[in-house]
Amino acid sequence: MEWETVIGLEVHVQLATKTKIFSGASTAFGAAPNTQACAIDLAMPGTLPVPNAEAFRFATMFGLAINAEIGKRSVFERKNYFYPDLPKGYQTTQLAEPIVGAGYVDIELDGGRTKRVRIHHAHLEEDAGKSLHEDFAGMSGIDLNRAGTPLIEVVTEPDMRSAEEAVAFAKKLHSIVTSLEICDGDMSQGSMRFDVNISVRPRGSEKLGTRTETKNLNSFKFMEEAIALEVERQIDVLEDGGKIVQETRLYNGDTKKARSMRTKEDSNDYRYYPCPDLLPVILDDEYIERVRQQMPELPDAKRARFIEEYGLSEYDAGQLTTDKFTAAFFEAAVKISGEPKLTANWIMADLGAYLNRTEQRIDRSPVTPELLAGLVERVKDGTLSSKIAKQVFEAIANGEGDADTIIEAKGLKQVSDTGALEQMIDDVFAKNAAQVEDYRAADDNKRGKMLGFFVGQVMKASKGQANPQALNELLIKKLNN
Amino acid sequence: MHHFTVAELIQGLRRKDFSSVELTQHYLDRIARLDPIYNSYITVAAEQALAQAAEADQRLAAGNAPALCGVPIAHKDLFCTSGIRTSCASKMLDNFIAPYDATIVENYRQAGVVTLGKTNMDEFAMGSSNETSFYGPVKNPWATDCVPGGSSGGSAAAVAAHLAPAATASDTGGSIRQPAALCGLTGIKPTYGRVSRWGMIAFASSLDQAGTLTRTAEDAAILLNDMASYDAKDSTCIEHEIPDYTATLQDSLQGLKIGIPQEYFAEGLHPEAAAHIEAAIKTYESLGASIHNISLPHTHLGVPAYYVIAPAECSANLSRFDGVRYGYRCENPRDLTDLYKRSRAEGFGEEVKRRILIGTYALSAGYYDAYYSKAQKVRRLIKQDFVDAFQQVDVILGPTSPSPAFAFGAKAKDPVSMYLEDIYTIGTNLAGLPGLSIPCGLVENKPVGLQLIGNYFAEAKLLNVAHQFQLATDFHKQVAPGIE
Repeated sequence: MEWETVIGLEVHVQLATKTKIFSGASTAFGAAPNTQACAIDLAMPGTLPVPNAEAFRFATMFGLAINAEIGKRSVFERKNYFYPDLPKGYQTTQLAEPIVGAGYVDIELDGGRTKRVRIHHAHLEEDAGKSLHEDFAGMSGIDLNRAGTPLIEVVTEPDMRSAEEAVAFAKKLHSIVTSLEICDGDMSQGSMRFDVNISVRPRGSEKLGTRTETKNLNSFKFMEEAIALEVERQIDVLEDGGKIVQETRLYNGDTKKARSMRTKEDSNDYRYYPCPDLLPVILDDEYIERVRQQMPELPDAKRARFIEEYGLSEYDAGQLTTDKFTAAFFEAAVKISGEPKLTANWIMADLGAYLNRTEQRIDRSPVTPELLAGLVERVKDGTLSSKIAKQVFEAIANGEGDADTIIEAKGLKQVSDTGALEQMIDDVFAKNAAQVEDYRAADDNKRGKMLGFFVGQVMKASKGQANPQALNELLIKKLNN
Repeated sequence: MHHFTVAELIQGLRRKDFSSVELTQHYLDRIARLDPIYNSYITVAAEQALAQAAEADQRLAAGNAPALCGVPIAHKDLFCTSGIRTSCASKMLDNFIAPYDATIVENYRQAGVVTLGKTNMDEFAMGSSNETSFYGPVKNPWATDCVPGGSSGGSAAAVAAHLAPAATASDTGGSIRQPAALCGLTGIKPTYGRVSRWGMIAFASSLDQAGTLTRTAEDAAILLNDMASYDAKDSTCIEHEIPDYTATLQDSLQGLKIGIPQEYFAEGLHPEAAAHIEAAIKTYESLGASIHNISLPHTHLGVPAYYVIAPAECSANLSRFDGVRYGYRCENPRDLTDLYKRSRAEGFGEEVKRRILIGTYALSAGYYDAYYSKAQKVRRLIKQDFVDAFQQVDVILGPTSPSPAFAFGAKAKDPVSMYLEDIYTIGTNLAGLPGLSIPCGLVENKPVGLQLIGNYFAEAKLLNVAHQFQLATDFHKQVAPGIE
C-alpha cells in the first residue's frame, strides 16, 4: 500500500525581550544557575505577575507577519501540573482567547514549488525552568533562570506531507522571527523548539491516522531525522497489522533512536482556567497599526527587493534572505564592493561552507562584510584569479589580515603581464618541444584538448598566479605561429 | 493608653502625652501578659517594634510626621513582612520569612506605623471561626468559650482585647466583616482593586481584598488613607482617585437612600439580631435617611457559587507550596512524588486540603462547565443584582452574619453550616463591592454586626454612614468583659 504522511507542528519560540513575561528579571542566557530568578519567578508567596508589554508587541508583530487576526482581547489561563521546574505548580498560558488567531505561511520547496501552511493560532506563555539530572548524584538540580521567559507557541494545521515540507516550514518560521528580531533564532540554546505531530494514512484516504507527538526537537537536522524514523516506524506497525498508540515520543539526536515518553492514558488533566491574577489584555486597532508601522522588513519582501534592487536571481535572493543576518551581511558587503552577483556567490559558496565547517554564525563571522568586500574587489579588478582568491579567503578567515595585505605578503598577485607570461610560455615550449610539434600538426578538434596541457604547465610554473584569460589568448597566439 | 482609639493616639503622640516607644512597650507588655488567654498573635515582633517606635519618635520630634507615625498596629499573618515570619497560620509556612514587604505593610512603614506582630487566622484564610490555625484557635474576648469569627479572628480578638489599637485583615468571603461583627468592631473590606494584593498570600485571587479592623469608623478611615494605593505590581489593582477618607465623615445623612434587601432577613437570622438591625434602621431614619425595600434575588446562589470559585482559585494558588523551594518539606522523601504527597499532606491542615480537593474537582475535565463556568455565570447575576440595586439606593444595609459568636466545635464538624456563616457577606466579594460591619447591639451578651454595602469605590460614603451611626449610638464603645 502507498502511504501518505501527515505532519503538524507546535513550535515554541523564545521571545527576545530583555525581561521575563511576568517579572523584571533578565532573560539573558548562560548566567549562573538561579541568579536570574526573582521572587516572582520563584513563586514566593504573595508575589503577583505583571505582563510584559514588549512580549505583546512581539506577538502582535508575529501575528501580522503570518497574516493572522490579532486577538484584541487575550486571556491568560493557568495550566495546572506539578514539576519542580514549574515553581507555581501551573504554567501561565493562553487557551480559549490567544493573542494570535488563524493565519498562514507560504513555504518554498524544491523545483520552485510553493505551498501554504495554515497556522491554527499562536499564543503567549511562560517557559519553565530547567531540571539538571546529570550533575547531582541521586538528586536533580533546578535552574530557574529560564522560568518565566516569554514564549509564543505556534500551532499549525496538519498541512505538511513530508519531512522536506516540515523542515521548509521550520526554516521559514525561523527566518520570519529572526527578521522581525523577536527571537534570536539560536536553536542550540533552545530559542526555537519543535514538537512534531505525525500520522500516516493510505494515500487517497481523507481520514487522519492516529498521531504521535515527538517533542522538543531543536535542530532542522534532528527534525528531518526524527520524522523519517517515525514515519517508517508507523508504516511498519500498520503493515504488520498493528495499531498506532497515541503517545508522546522523544528523539535522541546522538543515538538516532526514539522512544515513547508517555501515552495518552497517563496524560495530565491540566484543569485550565482563566488566571485571576491577570486581567484580559485588550489591544485596540490603533495599537495594532502602530506595531505594523514599526515592523522590520519581512523575508518575502526582502527577497523581492533583492531581485529588484540588486538584479539577483530568484534562487540567490531566496538563499540570501532566509535569515536576516545573511541578508544584512550581503547588503553591507555589496555597499562596499558594488558587486551583487559576485558577493552573493562568495557568501553562498565559500563563506557558507567555511561557516558550516567551523560551526560559526554569519553575524559572528571572522570574515566580516568589509573583509569579504575587499576580496571581491580584487577578484573583480583581475588582481586575483578565482583559484588564488580561495587561498586568500582562507587566509582572511585565519585572521591574517585583509585581502590586500595577504596578496602583498604572499606575492599572490595574478600575472597578467604579457612579457612575464611569454617568458614562462617559451620555457614550457622549450621543455616540451614534441608536444608543440604534435599540437601544430593536429586539427582544430584535437587542438582544443591539447591546449589544456600547456595551460596546466604554465599555471604550474606561475604557481597558479597566471591570469587564465591572458594566458589562454597568448598561448593560442604563440602556438599558431 | 490601650483604651484610646487610633484618632486619640494620633493626638496623644502629638501632645507628647506619651511617646511611641512608651505606647509600643505598653502594648507589648499587655500582649505578653494577656495574649496567652486569647492566642491572637502568632508572632510578636517586640524588638523590631521598639526600633520602629524609636524611629517614629524621632520623626514626630522633627515635625511633619505622617498622621499615623508612631501608632502601633498588628498585621494579619498573611501579609508578608520582611524579616518577620509570615506563616499564614500553616505548618507549611511555619519557617517562612519573606525577603519583601507586602505593599500595604510598606505603605504603613513609610507612614511610620509600628508593627507589633502578626496575628492568628484560619489557615490560609480558610475558615469562619479561626479554628483551622496550625497555632491553635483564637478565643473571643467577649466569651472565651466562643470563636472570634474568621478568618481574621486573631486581628479581631487582638483589637477587641485591646492588644492592638487596630489591625490589618483580609476578606475573601467575609473574613473581615464577620469577625468584626462577632468581636464588636468596625471592619471594612474595600472595593476589589482599591488596595494592592502584592505580598498578601493569596487564597482566592479574584475575591481577596485587604482591609482593617478597628474600634471606630473614624479609625478605619484614618487607616484606609494609608492602606489604599495604586500599585503597578498588582495587575488587578485599579487606578482610581484616592480621597481623604476622613474628610467626609461628618457629612449629614439627610436624604441618604438606604436599601434593605428582603433576602438578608430570611430564615436563619437570629431574631434578636434582626431586632437590633430594625432598631438601627430607625436610628438612620432619625438621622434623615430614607429606607427602601430592595431585592437581591440571586443571594441564595452566593454560597454555592463562592464554594466553587474560591476553592478553584485556591487549588492552583496553593500549588506552589510543594516542598521544593521554601516552607515545609517532609523528612527523607523517597522520590519526587513522595516529596509532593507527604510535604503537602503533612504541611496542610484538613480544611485547606478539603478546599483544594473541591477546587481540583470543580476544574476537572468533564466538570468544568457544570461547576466553574456555572459559578462564574451566577457571579455575574449576583453582580448585576447589586448594580441594579445601586440604581435606586446609596447604600445597602443588613446583618453581617446570622448569629453571634458560637462555641468552639459547634460548626467545625459540619462544613456547610460553617460556610453559611458567610451568607450575607459573600455577595459583596463576588461582586467586588466594598462592605463594612459595625457593632449594633448584643445578643446573649455577645456583639452582633450591622453590614453596610456600598457602590464601587464608595468607601468614603460607607465610612461616613458608619461614623454618623457611631456618633448617634454607643455600641462601638462597649468593651468586652474583663478588659480593664
